[in-house]
Amino acid sequence: MIKVRIIPTLLFKDYGLVKGIAFDSWRRVGSAMQAVKVYNLREVDELVFLDITATLQGRPPDLETVDELADECFMPLTVGGGVKTVQDVQRLLRVGADKVAVNTAAVERPEFIREIAEKFGSQCVVVSIDSQRLAGGAYEVFTHAGTRATGLDPVALARKVAELGAGEILLTSIDRDGTMDGYDVELIRRVSEVMSIPVIASGGAGNYEHMAQALRDGKATDLAAASIFHFTQQTPLEAKTYLAAQGFHMRFS
Amino acid sequence: MRRVAVIDYGLCNLDSIARALEECGGVPTVTAEPGPLKTATHIILPGVGAFSTAMHNLRQAGFEEVLQEQVVHRQIPFLGICLGMQMLAAKGYEGRETPGLGWIGGEVRRLKPTRVNERIPHVGWNEVHQQTAGPLFQGIPSGKDFYFVHSYHLCYGQEAHILATTPYCGGFISAVGRDLIFGVQFHPEKSQRLGFQVLRNFLSL
Repeated sequence: MIKVRIIPTLLFKDYGLVKGIAFDSWRRVGSAMQAVKVYNLREVDELVFLDITATLQGRPPDLETVDELADECFMPLTVGGGVKTVQDVQRLLRVGADKVAVNTAAVERPEFIREIAEKFGSQCVVVSIDSQRLAGGAYEVFTHAGTRATGLDPVALARKVAELGAGEILLTSIDRDGTMDGYDVELIRRVSEVMSIPVIASGGAGNYEHMAQALRDGKATDLAAASIFHFTQQTPLEAKTYLAAQGFHMRFS
Repeated sequence: MRRVAVIDYGLCNLDSIARALEECGGVPTVTAEPGPLKTATHIILPGVGAFSTAMHNLRQAGFEEVLQEQVVHRQIPFLGICLGMQMLAAKGYEGRETPGLGWIGGEVRRLKPTRVNERIPHVGWNEVHQQTAGPLFQGIPSGKDFYFVHSYHLCYGQEAHILATTPYCGGFISAVGRDLIFGVQFHPEKSQRLGFQVLRNFLSL
């Protein structure tokens, strides 16, 4: 049986790790290398590393930093932030990323997803979708680290990129990000139930029961989380123990 | 000294494999040319991407004859990882129908879900159930989780060379072995402690 992955997310901004609330009010949470070493020791299922200022500053991925982190990272590693060209992907894979996460470029030029899938395989491309709940209950996709509205519906975008060859969707709720109030289960369910590729829920996890809700009611296949691991005593291992007791299939190394 | 040649045909994360081999006591050389295969004590064929592109790149770079000589005739231990295992098949259908190395036989086809919650790609940690005892899984209990990320799998009628299977899409072959030729569908370099044990076992051959 395939196991539910618990995936710590590391957000990188100007030389350090940060964690914000609703994509704002960033707090520094230490060095990326330190975090990678701790997660390595704890044998977490996978890591996501997102450089949240690359696109805003109009620069390509910071290969040197990824190279250093990947050298210490003996677990699957997804890297995102500023990924815009096939060359960016090739360079990231070369320095040790296993997969790339594409956010803004997937909206600006969806064909890019097909290009990556054809050259490196679908399993290499994670499309990261940041979404906000609108007043009427509909959802809208935002790009540029949550700063630019697109008018797109996340379900429509997920369908489109899956057709183009995306291997996974990393689905983040901007409203819930950093609040620790729970995942946006409705958003996750809408996207995940129409997808035949894995959907990783992200944004809002504050306790283990939130994780169970995203799996049970949201039908997420996997879970990403940041604040819960940075700012509380809760750990990926305890999360797994809790979820296993609820009947979910978890991996214990 | 374990001089490990890691074949580079331009498509994947080779840094991780090289780093993992170093951690396991090997001396890796990542090479885009067949030359270093002649002095290697072990050969690793990694891989992501499409079967047809990978076989094409491998042949274009002149690896096939040298591999035939070193692995089949001189019996240098060989490990194919992920797509590198699939390339041991007689042929693959990803991209277009393409002949593989053919050392194990069988065909490479797309995974087909047999249950509603099985999604493709098969990505994440899943069990590796050992079917045959052998050196590759020495010291590793059967049924432990390893990291997978793939959409295609090796289909193979004979049981003789099947080392392990994994319960997904009705069950697929996750490790094969014939003499000193091995292939694993999972990524040992990303499977932490037990993955490293597989690499150490391979290097000890």
